[in-house]
Amino acid sequence: MQHELRVLRPEEYFIAEEPYYEPVRDEIPVFEAAYRNRLPILLKGPTGCGKTRFMEHMAWRLKRPLITVSCHDDLTSSDLVGRFLIKGGETIWVDGPLARAVRAGGICYLDEIVEARKDTTVVIHPLADDRRVLPMEKVGELLEAPDEFCLAISYNPGYQSVLKDLKQSTRQRFVALEFDYPEAALEQKIVEKESGIDSGQARQLVKFAHMTRNLKGQGLDEGASTRLLVHAAKLIASGIPPVAACRSAVAQALTDDADMLSAVNELSSSLF
Amino acid sequence: MSFDSPLNAHELEERMDVYLDPALSSRRTAAGPARELAAFSAREQRFVLHWGAVIARDNAELAYQFTAFAAPALRLMDLDAVESWLLYAMDLYDKKGQMPAIRAFQEVAEFAANMQEKLAGTTLEDAAGVLERFVCGLNGRPLGIAAGERVFTDTETIFLPHVVGRLPDKESNFRLYKAMTVHQWAQNWYGTWRGGVLIEALAGGRLAEVDLALFHALETARLDACLARDLPGLHRDMLALREALDGLSPFWGDIAPELGRPAARVADTLRLVSRMRGVRPPTCCYRGELLPEAVQARWQVRLALEQDRFRIALAQLIEDQDGQPPGTDREEAQTLPETRERLAVNRREDPDMPEGFRYQLFLDGKPIAPPENVESTMESIIQDLGEIPPEYLVAAGPGLYKRGLGGESRDPDSVWSGTYHEEGAFLYDEWDYSRQHHRKGWCVLREHPLAPADLEPYYHTVRKYGGLIKSLRRTFEVLRGEDRILKRQIDGEDVDIDALVEAYGDVHMGLEMSERLFTRLHKDERNIAVMLMVDMSGSTKGWVNEAEREALILLSEALETLGDRFAIYGFSGWTRKRCEAFPVKRFDQPYNEATRRRICAIAPRDYTRMGAPIRHLCRLLKAEEARTKLLITLSDGKPDDYDPQYRGEYGIEDTRQALFEARADGIHPFCITIDEHGADYLPHMYGAANYAVVADISRLPMKVSDIYRKLTS
Repeated sequence: MQHELRVLRPEEYFIAEEPYYEPVRDEIPVFEAAYRNRLPILLKGPTGCGKTRFMEHMAWRLKRPLITVSCHDDLTSSDLVGRFLIKGGETIWVDGPLARAVRAGGICYLDEIVEARKDTTVVIHPLADDRRVLPMEKVGELLEAPDEFCLAISYNPGYQSVLKDLKQSTRQRFVALEFDYPEAALEQKIVEKESGIDSGQARQLVKFAHMTRNLKGQGLDEGASTRLLVHAAKLIASGIPPVAACRSAVAQALTDDADMLSAVNELSSSLF
Repeated sequence: MSFDSPLNAHELEERMDVYLDPALSSRRTAAGPARELAAFSAREQRFVLHWGAVIARDNAELAYQFTAFAAPALRLMDLDAVESWLLYAMDLYDKKGQMPAIRAFQEVAEFAANMQEKLAGTTLEDAAGVLERFVCGLNGRPLGIAAGERVFTDTETIFLPHVVGRLPDKESNFRLYKAMTVHQWAQNWYGTWRGGVLIEALAGGRLAEVDLALFHALETARLDACLARDLPGLHRDMLALREALDGLSPFWGDIAPELGRPAARVADTLRLVSRMRGVRPPTCCYRGELLPEAVQARWQVRLALEQDRFRIALAQLIEDQDGQPPGTDREEAQTLPETRERLAVNRREDPDMPEGFRYQLFLDGKPIAPPENVESTMESIIQDLGEIPPEYLVAAGPGLYKRGLGGESRDPDSVWSGTYHEEGAFLYDEWDYSRQHHRKGWCVLREHPLAPADLEPYYHTVRKYGGLIKSLRRTFEVLRGEDRILKRQIDGEDVDIDALVEAYGDVHMGLEMSERLFTRLHKDERNIAVMLMVDMSGSTKGWVNEAEREALILLSEALETLGDRFAIYGFSGWTRKRCEAFPVKRFDQPYNEATRRRICAIAPRDYTRMGAPIRHLCRLLKAEEARTKLLITLSDGKPDDYDPQYRGEYGIEDTRQALFEARADGIHPFCITIDEHGADYLPHMYGAANYAVVADISRLPMKVSDIYRKLTS
């Protein structure tokens, strides 16, 4: 039987099944409280530690559509708000993802906001304080956000570059939640749950992640994230030997440096 | 040329006499070596004559030794191997002097015998990069890797042999290296030295010197059991190595099962020694030795240092909490006893820590998360002592704080007043063009802070060039990242009305409608990091130095407007042991009054040994994240040094090589010189288009900004 693909408009996309998420601290009650008080939320943390999964989980919990925008260095404010397009010699206005989320009362999640161009952070300012409006200059309208709308942004403070810092005027509008790699026992549980490997192997994988995190700043920009561990674990669960799984899913993803690669591979082969 | 016929003994002797002259006497002539060499082919003879002459430039005696032993060497090895033999001897000469080098030449037979091993073996040079990262990843205090005659650890560095060639192929030999490294790491991590138990037992006579080897064998059994638990893959490797090299099945596990328990500690091993006395410990290929004296020396220094560091960190944490530094009323106090009450640690089980516990720091009853560097100090203390001892929990007073910040022993200026040392210095390779080979760690470079000087020269410059500064700012502002609206784009923020009207016309004429109907804002962001390297050699005295300072002030003002990241370093040197870099402005420092004062403090010093400073500054530049990286040298002449070897071609070739290395790292070097003859050698060093000669010194300040503008736009 051929599977029929679902085509959805992002603002109609409700998450039906509970996405697996293991709370590390009190992030769920804090997020819910902020949501009820119509406060925007900032998620801080290194890559692959569960920020996006957390957003999916919260969208499911709050039963709101989630619109995710992955920011990149060419992302402009019109990419978020909307723009005129030309159809048959006429111009028509098309909402951007942020405007759609506001209209639908959804959750708009701007992933890696510092990657976007500086002018984009400014358009979210009126949305992020008590005005809660989205100015759409080109059509001369103000879009007022319903109570259900929520703005969330994420940012990785690990990039120690002045260029990739969040402006004070932006960051001081948000309720901040800090994320980090979970503690060893919890991370082990997550890896087990997500992949289905046994606890012994999960434990060794987490240990391996800690070893790579020891190397942060000694030649690695980041240690292995929980996401990478889950990838490796899934490969192992499908019958790939652990050392090979670590090599493909973790080591190669972390670095291109030959010496570093061999060192990371040596570390994984000492564990299995 | 390779078809020519070999020279006879007489001809050879004549040629040898030319370069060996200082080493010859009436009793020692080149006749013997010449006679022996006459039997070889022309190619081999040319090889010996060439290298003999090259070595003679450094040391005639060594050249004689080489020439004398070249014939036996050629009988034993091929030309490539002979070349590595002589380079090995010359490296020894660079590092240790003439005698060891002579010995290396004389022991050619031994070298040739080892050569086979070396070819199959792994050298530490090749393995160190991986091993260092590997051991850093394992856990605990980062351990360095260094070459040594014996295999041991002093708890900060792991010493390994130069070459490991006991096994038939490189890969297995690397495994052996890894096993040695891991055993030494395990001593550190699983607590062979923890708490000073072993050192005390030796000092108190509980463990006799003669039993140290037995103790080590037993301790190895304990450590291997730990490794088997935590790093099973590695343990397998190590067992396989022992089987191959020591011919043993897993050993002593039956005699000493108590050492295999997870709770076994070094004290248990010590207790076992008396029971096992008289048993001959089996050999172990990766065990190496225990050197308690080496450990003790490091241990004491580190313990004191980390106690201070920890207490200073506590004072800082209290300052963060209270908003003011504690104990300001007692200038000389080393510790502040009243802070004991407020500090506590709490331990929590964590099977991944060496003693099974992790420690959490409390201030006023609240847990605090110390910054990363404090965390690593804490971990190092726990690794040494097994805990955070209660007496450590007291904040440092201002007295200790001051001492801690002073760091007397590492002060770069005091190096030459006491006994010479190379601590805290950077070692850089230097290129020897005649050997076509780097001299490893040849130059010793230090960074010296410049004492801020009076601002008068700055004000003078600003007055003198007031108008110019203004116009420079204007010209540089134009260069700044500008927004440009790109028209006729496929995609963009706005509709391009002109394009749309045209397209509409096209459609009505029955043509295809263009897709390019939008305007897009394009931002040109400058992403440049520039390193200004300023010649502070003695020859810049007077006019030149003044012009350099003025040029720097003008350029800095302009760069501030432009927003390019820049750093300024002066350089000077006096022989290879004393290369100096003077940070005027680091990349992370702002251009403010302090920086201006340091620019005013730029003054002539010694010589111009350029290779090492270029390598140092490139290293700094490499660490910057920028799309374009520029290294601009302001200089007044050729590379030069007090030691005559560096003069002339050697210095030029070394500088050229350093610049090659820079380019390989993505750095664009450029040189601005006032030397009228610069055109003779600069194209060779920097490349044809990468230099500018400013003949008129008084125009240097204006020219530099001008050149910079052209260079980066």
